[in-house]
Amino acid sequence: MSIAPATFDSRVMIGRCLRRSRRDPEAFFTALMLPVILMLLFVYVFGGDMRTGGSYVDYVVPGLIVLCAAFGAGTTAVAVATDMSNGILDRFRSMPITGSSILVGHVVASLARNMIATALVVAVALGIGWRPTASPLDWVAAGAMVVLFVTALSWFAAVIGLLVRSAEAATSATFLLMFAPYVSPAFVPARTMPAVLRAFAEHQPFTPVIETMRGLWMGRTSTGASLSHEAILAIAYCLIILVASAVAASRLFVRRTAG
Amino acid sequence: MYMAYTVEAKGIGKTFGHRHVLDRVDLAIEQGTVLALLGPNGAGKTTLVRILATLVRPDTGSAAVAGHDLLADPVAVRRSISLTGQFAAVDEVLTGRENLEMMARLLRVPRPAIDLTVADLLARFGLADAADRRAGTYSGGMKRRLDLAISMITTPALIFLDEPTTGLDPRSREQLWSTVRQLAAEGVTVLLTTQYLEEADLLADTIAMLDGGRIVARGTADELKSALSGEVLRLHFPDPELLRQASAVVAATHVAAAHVDERLGLLDVSTDGSAAGVRDLLGRLESAGTPAAKVSIHRPSLDDVFLSLTQKEPVQ
Repeated sequence: MSIAPATFDSRVMIGRCLRRSRRDPEAFFTALMLPVILMLLFVYVFGGDMRTGGSYVDYVVPGLIVLCAAFGAGTTAVAVATDMSNGILDRFRSMPITGSSILVGHVVASLARNMIATALVVAVALGIGWRPTASPLDWVAAGAMVVLFVTALSWFAAVIGLLVRSAEAATSATFLLMFAPYVSPAFVPARTMPAVLRAFAEHQPFTPVIETMRGLWMGRTSTGASLSHEAILAIAYCLIILVASAVAASRLFVRRTAG
Repeated sequence: MYMAYTVEAKGIGKTFGHRHVLDRVDLAIEQGTVLALLGPNGAGKTTLVRILATLVRPDTGSAAVAGHDLLADPVAVRRSISLTGQFAAVDEVLTGRENLEMMARLLRVPRPAIDLTVADLLARFGLADAADRRAGTYSGGMKRRLDLAISMITTPALIFLDEPTTGLDPRSREQLWSTVRQLAAEGVTVLLTTQYLEEADLLADTIAMLDGGRIVARGTADELKSALSGEVLRLHFPDPELLRQASAVVAATHVAAAHVDERLGLLDVSTDGSAAGVRDLLGRLESAGTPAAKVSIHRPSLDDVFLSLTQKEPVQ
């Protein structure tokens, strides 16, 4: 298989998925409102008594980005599950096109949706007094971290979408994913949690991603580990999830669509 | 290259678990003709279509579709076919025009030609007015027509229509039938599956009857009808007692199978259609004192053929 036709097919599929995202105003509105509401909720409702050693908005931004990404993963899983049960899949498969381009379309559209949500989190945060100490280079690195993380999570969501049999099942399957960020240093430092939760919070994959962003933007992590330690861990986690999910998704796609 | 057959399948077999869905099916479709694959639910129609459309691998057998080997060169087969499944394969969130544009791009229609191709198809399939509405708002018949329009973007050698009129209202069905005739007139080979005998009778050049994973009969609608021993003589008896006596008389002649409908007072007798045979039968009834009140002769319908071929052995 050569790359050029696959790229062309993927571009068409990306266009299709982006268009579908725009045409779903409710989901799109929710996806845009969620970051804003969560930000205001955490900073002004819960944040008053959070002891994080500084302004709470300075602490919470990476956590909100991850939380929105987890919500976005749910949308992606539903989109994939819906597409799998659609008659159009048979048509795509009986056409001389690259099968994986259908999944690439979903993942890239997912990335686009999440980057918009991330940009919104950042914009609102800056508006209500977030003052990161990051250099321009740190900003670029933080952006790259978000892209890598969201890409990995989108492929993971595609796997969930392929595993379940309906959009409803996809929603419940990603429900757990949306709660995972709460048991991490996203909103409160892990040291305040009971031992079992703390052990989980310090070692789950979301944590190094959050701490890498925090380290880049605010100059220090909340776990006390060095930025480079968290960054290496975060990149390793994301790459493992990315590769494993992409391979699994391709296999599942072939199996789901065969006979 | 001259190609007499668009589809030549030999010994196609498929088993799902312990269920033999297809059992060594042979099928040939001449170029530019419409073949109707007729059969009850679960006969294996859809599986056969999916195999020939490269979506399912057969366990046994081989096939050439548009001159390409199904197993050795599925990509070339896909370039020559278009599949319209049981559910309209359109993106309901996109408009009719966007659906066509997307498919045209995937099929590598050159960019400058896309607008023209799409506009032409929308007009031909009666969708110009609805072009910029989402396909999700279309009626069942419109979705099918959009589906067929997509199939015709690059005029394929072979179009599969898997139960194309299932769930359509009578008017949409008529429209779809005329579309299929139009395709056939343009030289496209059509493989149509249907449960409706009327549809096969109206559209198909050749009918293949599939039952229990085997082709049980094949021919033109006329050939299949004549295969069922000539003509049916329908005798009408308003008096139920007379009907019973008459059916006993017919049974005693041992000449032909008779079917009694007591509710309508009808006695159907298969005959060879000859005047002598009919006169003889009517004479016997007359002399037995059980004359028929009304007599009509009709050719067996495809339904008669279908029922006689697909009737299951009684369960013991």
